[in-house]
Amino acid sequence: MIDPALGTLAIELAYWQETLIKVGVVAALVPTAALILGYVFLLKMMSFMQSRLGPMDAGPFGILQLVADGAKFLQKEDIFPARADKWVFAMAPIVVLVSTMLVYVLIPVGPDLVGEAVDTGVFLALAVSSISVIGILMAGWSSANKYSLIGGMRAAGQLIAYELPLVLAVVGVVIQAGTLNLQGIVAAQATGEIFGWGGIGSPFILTQFVGFFIFMIAVQAELTQTPFDMPVAESEIVGGYQVEYTGFRFLTFFLAEFGTAFAFAGLAAVLFLGGWWVPGFEIDSPWLNVLGPIVMFIKIMAVSFFIFWFRFTYPRFREDQLQALAWKVLIPLSLANIVVTGVLKVVF
Amino acid sequence: MDVVWGDNVAQNIAFYVIAIPMVAAALKMVTTKNVVHAALYLVVVLVGVSAQFILLGAEFIAATQILVYVGAIVVLILFGVMLTRAKLGRDAEVNNDPTQRIAGALVAVILFAVMSYAIIDAFEGTELPEERYQPLQVVSDSIFSTYLVPFEATSVLLLAALIGAIVLARRD
Repeated sequence: MIDPALGTLAIELAYWQETLIKVGVVAALVPTAALILGYVFLLKMMSFMQSRLGPMDAGPFGILQLVADGAKFLQKEDIFPARADKWVFAMAPIVVLVSTMLVYVLIPVGPDLVGEAVDTGVFLALAVSSISVIGILMAGWSSANKYSLIGGMRAAGQLIAYELPLVLAVVGVVIQAGTLNLQGIVAAQATGEIFGWGGIGSPFILTQFVGFFIFMIAVQAELTQTPFDMPVAESEIVGGYQVEYTGFRFLTFFLAEFGTAFAFAGLAAVLFLGGWWVPGFEIDSPWLNVLGPIVMFIKIMAVSFFIFWFRFTYPRFREDQLQALAWKVLIPLSLANIVVTGVLKVVF
Repeated sequence: MDVVWGDNVAQNIAFYVIAIPMVAAALKMVTTKNVVHAALYLVVVLVGVSAQFILLGAEFIAATQILVYVGAIVVLILFGVMLTRAKLGRDAEVNNDPTQRIAGALVAVILFAVMSYAIIDAFEGTELPEERYQPLQVVSDSIFSTYLVPFEATSVLLLAALIGAIVLARRD
């Protein structure tokens, strides 16, 4: 249906044309997002935190360094370990990348700018993000390498443990918003009021700060970023499940890792920081299709900044500390958060 | 849309496009000689089931299928298999004797017959509505009103299984 507010800009497309465009946008967005996060945080921010300049030669301020790295990866020989299980080995990075791309389909960046505004939004997003564990286990097993297998095992144990607090932390937001739909959650925050004042809506970070706290820790662990990087710990198991991967297969893992970081930062922005809504606009104002992506990008970069700040600051956990944190602290805390949120929802 | 094809042409085609790899993967899953491959074929089948649920408009069940079966149960199976016996290549031990194979095939055929009969008996001649999207609200309303008692009973059962597993695992 043509939105009258958009006037002549609106174009009627067939279902397959629309789908093709959406697939193209998501396929282009994942590498772009990964490159932006990789350059801004992994190369530049880490360098500044360690009192060095980082890459400076490729392009102004080394901005093309990762593009150069990517081109280098693509030229490398495609090596399979002699005893590897070829099919599984080749499929593993693709499974991980597809899981990342599926999350992008669901994250809204404007009233009409969303891959697919499904009813079960946040639930489906967390469900598809959990597929990546299968890819990591496939990589760890099929490489025929002890370090790989240990890395795969560690990854699986960690991702299973932190999947629970991740989902449970979101439940508080869902109870407050009364919907799983990500657009609905943005609308609930936009129409919310802080003690009767609706100037900036009511981002759920104010009421669900416990949930936000648990969500961000669980995201850090899901992304296997330091201090939760045991699955790829270079100093212990060389590189974990990635150890046998070279060339573009390694590049795929890299893109998936940073692409997922961007996607989870996007989810955090939608769930806790008000999403694409800009104060002062009507929730369905067409201007938000222009401003929304910009606002979302700023919020995503802010959340990513924290993720990478922790990554470059803290030393690695021990495996038993990691499991104890998930099962003995985060899960009981998130359950308590759900109970309190539920009670307050009924009372008010 | 088309008289010859019926009302849901795209859905009918999509059904077979999804179903054929599912059946192939299911057959490979029970015949493969590698335990890890079997688990991975199971992933293909379960993702296919999820896709079929989406075709039926049952979005929530599809998402649950992915989260619970692919994201948790298969991961646990893979985890267990890889910790204990995850040989690369063909595993000579994964080879049951003919009597077991015949018994397994027989059970599968009987199960298929019984389920087919039950489904055809219950839904024969029923046509799916054109608009069959099932909003989440309808699902949750029926779970927490009509089916509240079975739902709670299942929860208690799962809790009992959980505690039982801990009791069995912790002998100290």
